[in-house]
Amino acid sequence: MKIAARSRIKSPWLFHLNTGSCAGCDIEIVATLTPRYDVERLGCILVGSPRHADVLLVTGPVTRQMLPRFIRVYEQVPEPKVVVAVGVCAISGSPFVGSQMIEGPPDKIVPVDVYVAGCPPRPEAIVNGIVTALKKKFG
Amino acid sequence: MTEKFDEVKEVKVDYTRLRVPLGPVHPALKEPISLTVTVRREEILDVVIRLGHVHRGIEALAETRNLIQTLYLVERICGICSHSHTTGFVQALEEIGEIELSDRSLHLRSLIFELERMQSHLFLIGIMAYEIGFDTLFMFTWYEREKILDLFEEITGNRIHHSMNTLGGVRWDLSPSFVEKVNCSLNKIEKSAKYIQEVFQDKTVEKRLCGVGVLDYDEARELCVVGPTARGSGVKVDIRKAYPYAAYSELKDDFSVVLRNTADAQARTQVRILELFESINLIRAILEKLPDGPIYKESVIKLMKKIPEGEATSLVEAPRGELLYFVRTNGKEGLWRLNVRTPTIPNVLGLKPMLIGSEIADIPVTVASIDPCMACANRITVVDQDKRETIVTDLKNLRNRGKKQ
Ligand code: SF4
Repeated sequence: MKIAARSRIKSPWLFHLNTGSCAGCDIEIVATLTPRYDVERLGCILVGSPRHADVLLVTGPVTRQMLPRFIRVYEQVPEPKVVVAVGVCAISGSPFVGSQMIEGPPDKIVPVDVYVAGCPPRPEAIVNGIVTALKKKFG
Repeated sequence: MTEKFDEVKEVKVDYTRLRVPLGPVHPALKEPISLTVTVRREEILDVVIRLGHVHRGIEALAETRNLIQTLYLVERICGICSHSHTTGFVQALEEIGEIELSDRSLHLRSLIFELERMQSHLFLIGIMAYEIGFDTLFMFTWYEREKILDLFEEITGNRIHHSMNTLGGVRWDLSPSFVEKVNCSLNKIEKSAKYIQEVFQDKTVEKRLCGVGVLDYDEARELCVVGPTARGSGVKVDIRKAYPYAAYSELKDDFSVVLRNTADAQARTQVRILELFESINLIRAILEKLPDGPIYKESVIKLMKKIPEGEATSLVEAPRGELLYFVRTNGKEGLWRLNVRTPTIPNVLGLKPMLIGSEIADIPVTVASIDPCMACANRITVVDQDKRETIVTDLKNLRNRGKKQ
């Protein structure tokens, strides 16, 4: 394993993008940072800018309003990037399937590496999703 | 050298009216909202608020589904107050169908309601601490919040979307051993809530919050702000007292409305902290009074078929304030119209008078202090990105848009 890949696995930085979710998944992502689940002990940290991130956590079914912003944020994340779709909204658009305002799901727009199912997924599942994604990409 | 510094240098360039765009994706804002702030140096002169980034077309979508499917759809309007949304919707349907509920199911509804209020308030208190840079308190509050989520999981099987309500009752019952567990958790949470209250009275925290985002009584009345935002400005509004629903008419004496008059971010946070204690009292009272009986009536499918054509409005006090549901059924298991007025819409209007005159550094604290829930608030305006125009559509228009595509 190259040294760069190894250091990426050691400390993946996360950026969380809400593309029209109901806030349920967003809260669970924040909850993974708090003492009960504490992903910071694994070297993860939620960063404020996509330019610093290794992992992009996408929640929500991509509304029409967020579409251009989503693409822009995706492009700002430096290569090699990992995209994790969190929640069923980001997997298939359910329960908003059929709405006029939905342009997603995200994998129609950008390549997604790992899907974490659940509405919302438990924090453990989100951590597992991030680990799987990193293994897949760099492991 | 010293002479040089003594001279007062005149600045020729006047940095008046710089426009600073904030959002929709911005580290200080947890959910997409776009603020265009006009500033002179540090002072804020004007704010333009733009919503609509989380618009998912739920109201239009509800018209294509049947009543039970819509129940699970409205739950997904917002992840933090999901129980309030389903209660509002189901109450309206029960009014149309004239369905009587058992006392036990009403009490269980109120129980989940209060648990949800506590979880939401702890959530916001944590966010406030985070915004003023007090991460330890943020972690502490969210750790306490997990205890309530555990209770949710125990009762309903899910942490966020409880799916507790159904037509004619609730879906899950309490086991007898559970009551003890709730009491045990409540004692712990009460202790830490007292600690949180103490910390928020600390001088440093107070300095950061006092006088920030002031919305005085008259402005609050004029803008019709609701919930803790209004109560922080001294406006006495609480749907639980004014129009009791679920089991609140029996629980009237077990809680009081918390009011604060200073009208700043500190006041709004104080209101939320004190409401934690009120909720704890309420939950204790509910568990004490919990009557026996069935928790639901008959199969929901049968009930749904019986609902005639009609319309009804229902009001509930969500953690963020008054939540209004207008429902019009078509008598064929479907809906003609669903209209939701969420508490964040009036509260977001309050942001403008709060922000004007304050400083840029206060924006995150002020925005957080009204506890905005953008997922709730984005259901009215359609913003056309290509044509760069903003239109408020009605239903007919929206349908036509659908046909065109
Ligand atoms: S998956 Fe569920 S909880 Fe997550 S954003 Fe979608 S509706 Fe909300």
